Amino acid sequence: MNINFAQEVPLSWYLILSAVLFSLGVVGFLIKRNLITVFMSIELMLNGVNLSFVTFAQQWHAVKGQIFVFFVMMVAAAEAAVGLAIIIAVFRVRATLDVDRIDRMKL
Amino acid sequence: MNVVPLWIIPIFPFAGFLINGILGGRLPKWLVTTVALLAPLAACLAVISNTFGFFGVVPVPSFAPRVETCPLPWINVPALHVDFSFVLDQLSLVMLLVVTGVGFLIHVYSVGYMSDDEGYARYFSYLNLFLFFMTVLVLAGNALVMFVGWEGVGLASYLLIGFYFQKKSAADAGKKAFIVNRIGDFGFLIAMFLLVANFGTLTFTEIAAKLGPIGIAPGWTGGVVTVIGLCLLLGAAGKSAQLPLYIWLPDAMEGPTPVSALIHAATMVTAGVYMVARTHVIFDHSPFALGVVATVGAATALFAATIALVQNDIKRVLAYSTISQLGYMFLGCGVAAYSAAIFHLMTHAFFKALLFLAAGSVIHGLGGEQDLRKMGGLWRKLPVTFAVTTVGVLAIAGIYPFAGFFSKDAILYAVFEHGINGKILYSVGLLTALLTAFYMARLWYMAFMGKSRSEEVHAHESPVSMLGPLVILALLSICGGWIGIERFGAFLAPSVGARVAETGGWRFLIPGTQYALSLETVLSIIAVLVALEGWKIADKFYRSKPSRPAQWAAAMPSGYKLLANKYFVDEFYGATVVKPLLGFSNYILGWVAEVGIVGGAAWLIGGVATFAGAILQRWQSGNLRSYAAWLAAGAAAVLLFLLVPWPTVLASLPAIHLGLAGH
Repeated sequence: MNINFAQEVPLSWYLILSAVLFSLGVVGFLIKRNLITVFMSIELMLNGVNLSFVTFAQQWHAVKGQIFVFFVMMVAAAEAAVGLAIIIAVFRVRATLDVDRIDRMKL
Repeated sequence: MNVVPLWIIPIFPFAGFLINGILGGRLPKWLVTTVALLAPLAACLAVISNTFGFFGVVPVPSFAPRVETCPLPWINVPALHVDFSFVLDQLSLVMLLVVTGVGFLIHVYSVGYMSDDEGYARYFSYLNLFLFFMTVLVLAGNALVMFVGWEGVGLASYLLIGFYFQKKSAADAGKKAFIVNRIGDFGFLIAMFLLVANFGTLTFTEIAAKLGPIGIAPGWTGGVVTVIGLCLLLGAAGKSAQLPLYIWLPDAMEGPTPVSALIHAATMVTAGVYMVARTHVIFDHSPFALGVVATVGAATALFAATIALVQNDIKRVLAYSTISQLGYMFLGCGVAAYSAAIFHLMTHAFFKALLFLAAGSVIHGLGGEQDLRKMGGLWRKLPVTFAVTTVGVLAIAGIYPFAGFFSKDAILYAVFEHGINGKILYSVGLLTALLTAFYMARLWYMAFMGKSRSEEVHAHESPVSMLGPLVILALLSICGGWIGIERFGAFLAPSVGARVAETGGWRFLIPGTQYALSLETVLSIIAVLVALEGWKIADKFYRSKPSRPAQWAAAMPSGYKLLANKYFVDEFYGATVVKPLLGFSNYILGWVAEVGIVGGAAWLIGGVATFAGAILQRWQSGNLRSYAAWLAAGAAAVLLFLLVPWPTVLASLPAIHLGLAGH
């Protein structure tokens, strides 16, 4: 079996999917009020970017893009750990996760 | 010949200044004293060793000037080359011996005088700083190096006049001295600019070489040389307290008394005389400038002497007397008798330092009392001070054979020989001699004779560290004149030229000497008689008929008032210079410039910032989603800028336009 996906699924489809994912992330980031949803939207943007990375890596037969994806995932994992810790801390202090009500540095 | 390099001389006081100035507060007092005394002593020894290195075993004629130049040029531009150079010739040697010698004695005296003062280390660091700059001034080989010393001694003078800076009058006096000196410095600076512009050099010897001997280069008489001479005179008048810039010196008495002795009597104020002697070639080429020097000197001598007649503060009497004696020196310079002026400078340094230090001893003994009216009968309580003051008074009055007689005689004789104008100036000088004898005798009678006028004061004699220098200075005031007679002019001739021959007319006073009755003999007899007459009048006024001063004052109330208020010169300057200037500062600069322009600009900048902040703070809402929206909008804008092929789009725009127009 020698199936070449690139021939069956055109490059532009991957890119369109990547752009859709990214845009969903941006829109979610802008309109959602729950801090956790906002956080998830960021992950969505990251993964949209990741998809375009691997797409181009496949297209140009360059392994750099795939390596880059691993970096992004790693940073995203670290970010998730820190970010969630911050969210928990914020919730403890403010008793809310509504971003519109978390608009002050001072308590 | 093993001589000490010249740069060594100022280094010692400078090191003393640094040590006491930086560490003085933490060092024990004995160490501060040691450093403070070693500095002038070492400088003095360096000068003395240079003197003997100079002389060798051969006397005066073999004396050759020595120049030392810093290997690196100081200013080196196409039009001007200035080195940092020192020169030791006859003139600077005499001056250095006076400065370091008298300076050392006054340092010793200060140890006793300032012993209880909180600012002990500060005082000595300033005093050493003064000595450093003074030696630089004296050693200077060109006008610019001299100017460095010139400004430096002005600074030291300012610091020491305002030594008791918590006292407003002392701080004000310091400022007054500094500001008045600035006016003189302005003249000095202009003179230097003119020297550079016309001669292309500031080195004294080069200027002399370019000017040439008198009479040979007539192109250099008058004109620009006169202007340079007058500008230099302005500088000298500021530093040496001559008319019309003398006003700072009486106020300078706010400083500690040894400072008045060292800086404001013996050394710094004579820098003007020294400068005129140093630049004498310029004055030699301009008879007019020379005449102005003589006139200013004579006028100052008489003017200050008349004020001194009625002052009641012991230090003020001496201050006006100093101004008057400086006038004598300028008078001597003004008739080209520079050696006589320097001679008088030297003897004056001895006896005026002596008188000031003796006055300090009196003030010290009376616990700070300076008013002559509250003294009296002190000869019994302060015998040593009394004895040395007597010597000083006799010396300044010009009584034979004390120091002042010889130098004053030399000046008066040179003045008398100086044509028709000389006769007028001579009579002014003689009148001043009369007044000098009178006011010095007055001081002597009021302070030491008669009955004590304030009983509660327990006067006590000063410690040995103060009396020692007094006795040495008293000896110098007696013998100082003998050093110079008949030799001084010849000795200084290589430096300042010999325009007036010394005849030795005083010789008749030595019993058994062969002499011819010369003009100078007659003149010196007249001078002594005049001085004795002045003393006799004072004797009448203040001993035999003590009611007479009051009677005279009552008989001429306006005249007395005029003198007692020092001719209202301070008030005159206050009304014509200080007040308009203060008004200008307060109203024009204070309101228009300060409040209007500077303040307005500050308000404008502040207002713009406040206004911009009021608008921009709306962006900083703290709302996470608005930040994100701006971020996204920004990213979109960047993408738009990067991805849209702007050249193509722009190029297609006219086409679209034309296409539309085509319809």
